[in-house]
Amino acid sequence: MTIAPERPGTGAGPSTGPSTRIGQLLPTTGDRTPRGDRLVDQFELGLDAPICLTWELTYACNLECAHCLSSSGRRDPRELSTDQAKAVIDELQRMQVFYINIGGGEPTIRPDFWELLEYSIEHNVGVKFSTNGVRLSEERAAFLASPAMNGYVDIQISLDGATAEVNDYVRGPGSFDTAIRALENLQAAGFSDAKISVVCTRQNIGQLDEFKAIADKYGAMLRLTRLRPSGRGADVWDELHPLPEQQRELYDWLMANGENILTGDSFFHLAAFGESLPGLNLCGAGRVVCLIDPIGDVYACPFAIHDNFHAGNILTDGGFQQVWQKSELFQDLRAPQTGGACAKCSFFDACRGGCMAAKFFTGLPLDGPDPECVQGYGESALASMNAAGGRVIPESSQDHSKKNPTRNQPVMLQLGRRPDDLEASLQPRGMPVSACAESPLAGFDPGTGALGGGGGCASGACGC
Amino acid sequence: MSDAPDSSAPDAVRLDQPWAISPAVALRPEPFGALAYHFGNRKLTFLKRPELVTVVRGLADAPDVAAALAAAAVPEAQWPGYLAALQGLARTDMIRPRQTEGAAA
Repeated sequence: MTIAPERPGTGAGPSTGPSTRIGQLLPTTGDRTPRGDRLVDQFELGLDAPICLTWELTYACNLECAHCLSSSGRRDPRELSTDQAKAVIDELQRMQVFYINIGGGEPTIRPDFWELLEYSIEHNVGVKFSTNGVRLSEERAAFLASPAMNGYVDIQISLDGATAEVNDYVRGPGSFDTAIRALENLQAAGFSDAKISVVCTRQNIGQLDEFKAIADKYGAMLRLTRLRPSGRGADVWDELHPLPEQQRELYDWLMANGENILTGDSFFHLAAFGESLPGLNLCGAGRVVCLIDPIGDVYACPFAIHDNFHAGNILTDGGFQQVWQKSELFQDLRAPQTGGACAKCSFFDACRGGCMAAKFFTGLPLDGPDPECVQGYGESALASMNAAGGRVIPESSQDHSKKNPTRNQPVMLQLGRRPDDLEASLQPRGMPVSACAESPLAGFDPGTGALGGGGGCASGACGC
Repeated sequence: MSDAPDSSAPDAVRLDQPWAISPAVALRPEPFGALAYHFGNRKLTFLKRPELVTVVRGLADAPDVAAALAAAAVPEAQWPGYLAALQGLARTDMIRPRQTEGAAA
């Protein structure tokens, strides 16, 4: 919300034309005076400190969600130490960053997580942390609800399906039960207003009312966010991202239920349906938002962990404040942008071209439409790029996914389509090469009690 | 969770009343004015003019709202606009009426 006495608008400043240096990322006007008197115009020029700072504490995770935006799984050996993490908190306190969003990976499996949580709260930096719930035992829930936390901690439990079937499909077996148990423990401990954090997908858009019912049952709030094609999300985006008619369904649902639903300002691309949803409705990357990763690298936003959006490192580039205020990348992002192809669209003022990360990781130009542009320009841009010889989707710069699958890995099995020519597809493609290849017991003679040594079948009859 | 008074019926901000910034609120200077964050109700608010920031910071030390406006050198013609802005801040418990002994209600 904006609190300001009325004053006449300052109007647009002079435009000096596109700048090539800044244009490495986005075409800009080269003009750094606010275009208007709205707060959003001020925000485009950046703030002295971020409003919304996400800090991924670790890349280690007990789960292997198919759409993990940080490609988490394995701990990075360069992870910040406890003392280094505390020094970051000290600096954030000096900068008056009011609160941090802690994520990962799974932050609670860092052994010093609870120590860092207390340290942060003692230093007037509020904490919102995202978890799959794996460590939220009854004891931890009681600690989080205790006066020691002073009500300065918010908890987001990730749940990407209102049923185990839908949730576990992307988050892995058992993850639904883990999340529900965490919610039960928090409620029993008297922790009020936990958040249920849902990434909206093609599979769960139809469950919005059910999500709301779960939130109501546990005295929690519902938080809906947008699926980004970031990290491992790039691999599954085509299958998981909501269909155009589902975007409309989501928008209508948010308009009807919006007051009590948190969105992290995630759906500003839907503003082009008509009325804006509550929030800033602009891309905050590098302007009001950024990300610190587990090894101290600073990126423009949580959905843009890629070399192209890397602003610096807090250990090697003089601290977080230095990176936030001085990095060339962030200076570029704060320069007013022309809007490129989108500037002609009558909805440009509403959506401002959409999400930078969504464009980047689907191979679209950053000054073009969002891939999920509700006016359909994203789809046609994707189609025309595909037709013109294929889009180039950027390779990921880092990947902490587990190298070998574990029992927690989601198995995104789908029912196949019936083949067009069923008869032909059921015909064997050739004769079995040998009896061995057909029967697991080929050559086994219970009478001899041995399969013979040296490999192959004992009988030798099959010729293997 | 919040120790805020019932926000559905905020006190009207009047020139002759003593007010103060809420204890749970932090102000952070920004080029356009300041950001205000309420650690209790988690509301984030923008004070879009430096003069408004001066007024809000000065409330606690001023005998009443009018004195805070005068101390911040806000021309009287603009006081209604500032009162409306303060009213908005009161609605989310960013500022509270100050209880002082002997103060007129």
